[in-house]
Amino acid sequence: MNQLLESYKEAVGADILHELSQLARVLKGMRIVHVNSTKTGGGVAEILMTMTHLMTALGIETHWEVINGNADFFECTKQFHNTIQGLKKTIIRPSLLKAYEETNAENAEHLRPILENADVVFIHDPQPAALISHFPNRKNKWVWRCHIDASTPNRAVWKYLRNYISQFDASVFSLADFVQPLPHPIYLIPPSIDPLTEKNKDLPKEEVDMIYNRFGIDPDRPMILQVSRFDYFKDPIGVIEAYKLAKKFKRGLQLVLAGGGAPDDPEGEIVLNEVKAAAASDPDIHVLFLPSDSHRTINALQRAADIVLQKSLREGFGLSVTEALWKKKPVIGGNCGGIRLQVFNHHTGFLVDTPEGAAERIRYLLQNPHLIHEMGEKGQRFVYENFLSTRHSRDYLTLIISLFHPTNNRRFEIHNINGK
Amino acid sequence: MESNTQFSRSFFVNSCSLASIATAEQASSLLELRDKLTKVDESCLYYHFWGARMYPHFVQSEHHNDFASWVYHRLHDHVLAERLSIIDPTEFNTLDALRQEVIETIDRRLDDYEIVHWTKREDRFHFICTSIIIFESSLVIERPQDLPSVIPMMSPGSIFYHFIDARMRTSDKMDDFSVWLETFGDAYKDLVQKIQAIDPYFLSLSQLKDELAEVIKGDFISRGQL
Repeated sequence: MNQLLESYKEAVGADILHELSQLARVLKGMRIVHVNSTKTGGGVAEILMTMTHLMTALGIETHWEVINGNADFFECTKQFHNTIQGLKKTIIRPSLLKAYEETNAENAEHLRPILENADVVFIHDPQPAALISHFPNRKNKWVWRCHIDASTPNRAVWKYLRNYISQFDASVFSLADFVQPLPHPIYLIPPSIDPLTEKNKDLPKEEVDMIYNRFGIDPDRPMILQVSRFDYFKDPIGVIEAYKLAKKFKRGLQLVLAGGGAPDDPEGEIVLNEVKAAAASDPDIHVLFLPSDSHRTINALQRAADIVLQKSLREGFGLSVTEALWKKKPVIGGNCGGIRLQVFNHHTGFLVDTPEGAAERIRYLLQNPHLIHEMGEKGQRFVYENFLSTRHSRDYLTLIISLFHPTNNRRFEIHNINGK
Repeated sequence: MESNTQFSRSFFVNSCSLASIATAEQASSLLELRDKLTKVDESCLYYHFWGARMYPHFVQSEHHNDFASWVYHRLHDHVLAERLSIIDPTEFNTLDALRQEVIETIDRRLDDYEIVHWTKREDRFHFICTSIIIFESSLVIERPQDLPSVIPMMSPGSIFYHFIDARMRTSDKMDDFSVWLETFGDAYKDLVQKIQAIDPYFLSLSQLKDELAEVIKGDFISRGQL
């Protein structure tokens, strides 16, 4: 067993890893390619990094490719992102759609050899979805992986994208709530976090303590934290409102809003400026715009926080919630998307619908610190059992086996894996 | 639903993995739930009674299937939730018979309704079907005395397959461990009773494994074999 698998074995248990290895043996010799639009920033890139390494360690040749695009392309795909997540009034200019189609056409030629040689191609999110139209005679399986909430999309945009997405052999959504009807099997696979990465591994106490000095946070006063891109759907302004309401009762309270940008998100700077303006009058609000590789810093901030917020208005899955639970922090989360799959009132945190609701739960938890501890323990166990990258990889392997072995009775038995 | 576990005295440990497949069928009211239940693939029944245990979820022990949980939390009909929750899927020989029982339970409740309540969009019930992949682990239990050392090595998938899925495919609706131990005559009769006293509905798969390991270990300690 190689070093990486040994490390996972230590983190998740020998039983889980053994099961994963058995499943992987069925697919030995296969070649898998993932395609998305950025190598850095955001949960998808983090998942693909882990998935590529873990699958390769399991003996399945796995590649990760990124499509290149210009400013018009990323403006178009950001509008896809917003409109699929429910923004209704946007009309995407034809010139942007043209940029989208041309970018996909160019990338199709560039990626053709590797995509044609793969057994399974996973296309992540709308950005590279149009690639499929350039492979009309493909013999391999193509799967569209949707990481966002498509439950109430802008219909015109969805109709446009559906032309591409319906050509795939299968789709994957994070939750049943996010699904749109499609003419192929739709698999449900929630995402995951990697317990071994800089973002999630245990840190020495001294390193966590250093974070206070570094950002001017007072270690003797309570600190609440939201980690997310500066994006309207994450409602950073609502978080500031909640903080201000809670601070009337918890005078020493401090708020940290930490996040970064991503190359495929041109809107981040506008939101960041609005957040800075809203925070300007209060020295206890710390707005941290961090480079996309600040994983260890984020890790330390999450460990240093008393409570973590993820007050999103729309959310794909909310991996920052998973990360916080993994670090034994209760989460006060927006009542939407994948947060609802992770935050359970009085167990792992609280779901809220308004800044007022968030403020009340902040006060409640700070007044009852033993609950912070109890919920934290429960949250970490919950993530351990459900949202680590080994479970995610197992689901992908299961999907691939199902794709290549469709059965009528929905039970498929694999024999002689062990060569008996 | 016949047994597909062959015991030739040795117990070959299998594991399984479930693909959760969205049907895109939804229900916003009890009437819709009932109507769609008549049409969905029977693997939806398997998923919502058993399979969801393999899907990431938070164990809330008060409801034993997804229908009961939805009726309680989203429709707020506590009476129906209790009636649905008590349905024991192992009492039915086929998933279709189980489907009929759920429908009849809902029909009886619908007779009491004057107004059918609707949920918000985000609270709809989503029908999910499943495809199960069964594969060998490398674990083999040669004799009952090996159970205490092997159970802790089993994955959640193995526990699901042998302790939960078994109830849908073995002729006596029992877990595979009990079926296997019974092949040794009365020698492990007490242990079988203890294993069957574990109620799988109130535990996550890892808790179930711990409980099973503890019961088995305790039995062999009392026999002086550990």
